[in-house]
Amino acid sequence: MTPKIRAQGLSFYYGAVRALHDISVEILPNLVTAFIGPSGCGKSTFLRTLNRMNDIIPGTRVEGRVFIDDADIYRPGVDVVALRRRVGMVFQKSNPFPKSIFDNVAYGLRVNGMAGSRSELAGRVEESLRQAALWDEVKDRLHESALALSGGQQQRLCIARALAVRPEILLMDEPASALDPIATQRIEELVYELKKAYTIVIVTHNMQQAARVSDHTAFFWLGRLVEYDRTDKIFTNPAEKLTEDYVTGRFG
Amino acid sequence: MDKAVRHFQEELELLLARLLEMGGLAEERVRDAVQGLVTRDPALIEKVKYGDEPVNRLHIEIDEWCFRLLALHQPMATDLRAIVSAVKINTDLERVGDLAVNIAEAAQRYASHPPVKKLIDIPHMGNVAQAMLRDALDAFVRRDTRLAQQVLNEDDTLDGLKTQVFRELLTYMLQDPSTVEPALDLILISRHLERIGDHATNIAEDVIFMVSAQDVRHHTAGGG
Repeated sequence: MTPKIRAQGLSFYYGAVRALHDISVEILPNLVTAFIGPSGCGKSTFLRTLNRMNDIIPGTRVEGRVFIDDADIYRPGVDVVALRRRVGMVFQKSNPFPKSIFDNVAYGLRVNGMAGSRSELAGRVEESLRQAALWDEVKDRLHESALALSGGQQQRLCIARALAVRPEILLMDEPASALDPIATQRIEELVYELKKAYTIVIVTHNMQQAARVSDHTAFFWLGRLVEYDRTDKIFTNPAEKLTEDYVTGRFG
Repeated sequence: MDKAVRHFQEELELLLARLLEMGGLAEERVRDAVQGLVTRDPALIEKVKYGDEPVNRLHIEIDEWCFRLLALHQPMATDLRAIVSAVKINTDLERVGDLAVNIAEAAQRYASHPPVKKLIDIPHMGNVAQAMLRDALDAFVRRDTRLAQQVLNEDDTLDGLKTQVFRELLTYMLQDPSTVEPALDLILISRHLERIGDHATNIAEDVIFMVSAQDVRHHTAGGG
């Protein structure tokens, strides 16, 4: 399988602090790849290098390369807005805009000039809400405020918003860590459904979640990629002692 | 190391100790059953025949314990393999206890007839089976895959002895039909001892899986 994302010798600096050391990894399409590791291990930083979200943090610097479909996203002249349209992102804390449910999902389409006709826009909004498994719960109140939704619904709304611009890759940074177990389960089921159409990379502190939802798992430690393998291998028989210590909770 | 995990490691150690205790009991019952057969000691035979309760109790206790640890701690990697192995070893040890009862029952019937012959190969089989069981459990405690491999190699010895016992007893039965009943009981006993060796082999395979994540059952070459 041709990798969707390929990082090559990627290092990342916050000022003088080197947060990522020479990361090389290939992420396959239509699979879920989980990044695990203790706080500060670099997993979120690495995730954000995949759509250049770190660019907006002053004083940071990237070395190495990240290819998406064989094109280096750090080469000069890359349209970062277009890149982020292809590589969508969902954050730990759901962040709906203080607008209606409909306008939240339509937002990306409108600012990207993808809205089309009124009926086309409505169709895309519905499709995105369906993909995010939220449609049935909100179809009768699309023009009510998104802020009235529950935490789990808000998170699925953010997923719908990310999906509306039809990205190829979905980056999820702890998407369920603030949700209750039922809402978490819905997000996990959604991830399972979405991987048929998207390449998904998920950062999670919850190892059981990584074990449940992902096909491949990468274990980060102190800014290094310690081990990257099939998820069942990582959780039943990891090759590295550090990984073993982490997944069995013998760390620190 | 946080508190919950230390708790898990402590429980795991206790669980494995309990499993060893069960192994010791099962081993003792095999020894007593063969001893009872050889010495025609009715008290010893009765003790084995009706003494399965402690092993059965441990069987249930250990299963419940494993189940609880899986549910509450969701262990991973080596810890997960240890618990899965413990469940399987537990079942093997319980079967060994049952087989000791079967041997005692056959020994009781055998003792009601005059001896067919001086028993040599069957006590030898008993020693080999016990040694395999002991080594398999030692390998388990010490996480020693070399010793586990030795147990696997011993299995052929038992199979050979079982065939030998059968052939020899066949000649007795052909010569004197009155020996058929007691000789059949001896053949049954040799079969039970061979089965005990099979359970020791299973345990040794579980030890190899627990330590190295290699599945060596059914001569599979691959691992993990």
